[in-house]
Amino acid sequence: MNFLLDALAYIFDPANWAANATSPAPLGDRILEHLEYTAIAAGAATLIALPLGFYIGHTGKGRQAVIGVTGAMRALPALGVLYFVTMVAGYQLPFLVAATVGSLIALTLLAIPSVLAGAYSGLESVDRQTIDAARANGMTEMQILLRVEIPLSLPLIIGGIRAAVLQVVATATIASFAGLGGLGRVIASGIGLNDFTVLLAGALLVTALALLLDAVFALIQKVTAVRLEADDTPVAEEASAAAGAAASGRGSE
Amino acid sequence: MLSRAAGVTTRLIPHMAPPLASWIALDKSKDEPTAMIEFRSVTKKFPDGTVAVDDFSLTMPSHETTVLVGSSGCGKTTILRMINRMVDATAGQVLIDGEDVANRDKVQLRRSIGYVLQAAGLLPHRHVVDNVATVPILNGTPKAQAREDALELLDKVGLDRSLAHRYPRQLSGGQQQRVGVARALASDPNILLMDEPFGAVDPIVRADLQAELGRLQSELGKTIVFVTHDIEEAFALADTVVIFRKGGKIAQKGTPAEILANPADEFVETFIGADKARRRLRLEQAAEGGTIVVDGDGRVAGVLDDDARSTRGDAVS
Ligand SMILES: Nc1ncnc2c1ncn2[C@@H]1O[C@H](COP(=O)(O)OP(=O)(O)OP(=O)(O)O)[C@@H](O)[C@H]1O
Ligand SMILES: [Mg+2]
Repeated sequence: MNFLLDALAYIFDPANWAANATSPAPLGDRILEHLEYTAIAAGAATLIALPLGFYIGHTGKGRQAVIGVTGAMRALPALGVLYFVTMVAGYQLPFLVAATVGSLIALTLLAIPSVLAGAYSGLESVDRQTIDAARANGMTEMQILLRVEIPLSLPLIIGGIRAAVLQVVATATIASFAGLGGLGRVIASGIGLNDFTVLLAGALLVTALALLLDAVFALIQKVTAVRLEADDTPVAEEASAAAGAAASGRGSE
Repeated sequence: MLSRAAGVTTRLIPHMAPPLASWIALDKSKDEPTAMIEFRSVTKKFPDGTVAVDDFSLTMPSHETTVLVGSSGCGKTTILRMINRMVDATAGQVLIDGEDVANRDKVQLRRSIGYVLQAAGLLPHRHVVDNVATVPILNGTPKAQAREDALELLDKVGLDRSLAHRYPRQLSGGQQQRVGVARALASDPNILLMDEPFGAVDPIVRADLQAELGRLQSELGKTIVFVTHDIEEAFALADTVVIFRKGGKIAQKGTPAEILANPADEFVETFIGADKARRRLRLEQAAEGGTIVVDGDGRVAGVLDDDARSTRGDAVS
């Protein structure tokens, strides 16, 4: 219990947020770094995986291959990928840049399967009849994608991005072992200095950040789902239709 | 030739455009599309080898309702979908007003043809009014205008305007079908394809919708191709009924009266229920002196109309 209070005290100590604070502080910088890595990796993964997922979901082509590849990618140990990519990058780039670039590439690779799965399974979940009717009405394939498939599967698409973001937040933490900044640095220096207070403070901050981001995405998901969910407005069965029909002069038959 | 010359004139003398344009439009109305549909030896073989339609030929006259009936799997839907190229024929031609649909742009062709399916197929994330306005908006009609037109179409198909801002799932099945019909009519197509549109609603609502469609058709005079399993529905709506036997061959084609009076063979007889007692009507004198109509089981089917009795008395007795 003492550890926890100490850690909280560390987090809320203004000195650890000041610009001239000693490493691993200032905490604000570490949080911003962490957010930055997350945004870059999740953003890059989204840019790569969404179009691919849309293509697969819309056409049904290449589905098996992608399921296989993403399944395998998911099974890869995050730390292994991190070190491997960082080492490969290290051959080409100066050491300091190699850590950052390598880590970001690894984080992106690890985030791709979730985004991809969300996109194609989202599109696949759209009712075939609805798509068929849209096509029969003269929508082009692009219009079907943009006006029917994506809006109807938005909650699932965002769900995929949400999972990817959480994974990046978590994995970016261990990326500090490969030389990346971010909140992992706080934990790493806690371990290095044998200082449990700092270690725990870092862990708490990462957890809080993950929960916060998750909540934001949950909210976005909910907002996009609202329009698609069943609504309880009572339906006056055929009454109004019958009334309308009577009014429009069915007496003529 | 004429329109090309006119086109040149229009370009040279821009201010003449409106009167010229309307003159051309008037002139064109003489050979305005009549929306006749013609199948010429059409075959459809799906990639898996299924031959759904085999050497099928049929002309569907313009401004009339042609109803395709037949047992499940005989190729009715496939035939229907070859008209708007949702399915492409493997051999033969489908012509609209003499033009092979294979030469038409798919998207433009589909926008020019109304299509109503059994499950309505409405967009679940759009309000009723926006569903109806879909095709006009795709065709470039300004949104406000398209919505305004959509509201009028709701009136036309007997739906209260208060439903316009509901989502499809907030409507009953019958109401959804009406929206489906309104949507199909929204771009004022010459051709309306209807694939078992009333198959999923209860019999009372179905009768309502059939009556409504009959009224609409007498007003609009579209070329309607209607698919159904229900022979009563076919007889109620058709100018021409086409009865398919298994394998997609035409068993008989004719007006409801022709088919009822002269079933081509035993298959048709069974299919239309001509052998059933309820189809065999006869007249009987009621105790009070009126004439009643009785079916083969002795159930009273109705009374003979006074006018009919006086004018056709000889014929029926
Ligand atoms: N996309 C497809 N691929 C392969 N076979 C198909 C396809 N669509 C239809 N078929 C087959 O073609 C045949 C005709 O199907 P179709 O849907 O036209 O029948 P239908 O007369 O409309 O039947 P129903 O009354 O049950 O709707 C069936 O044997 C069906 O299994
Ligand atoms: Mg069918």
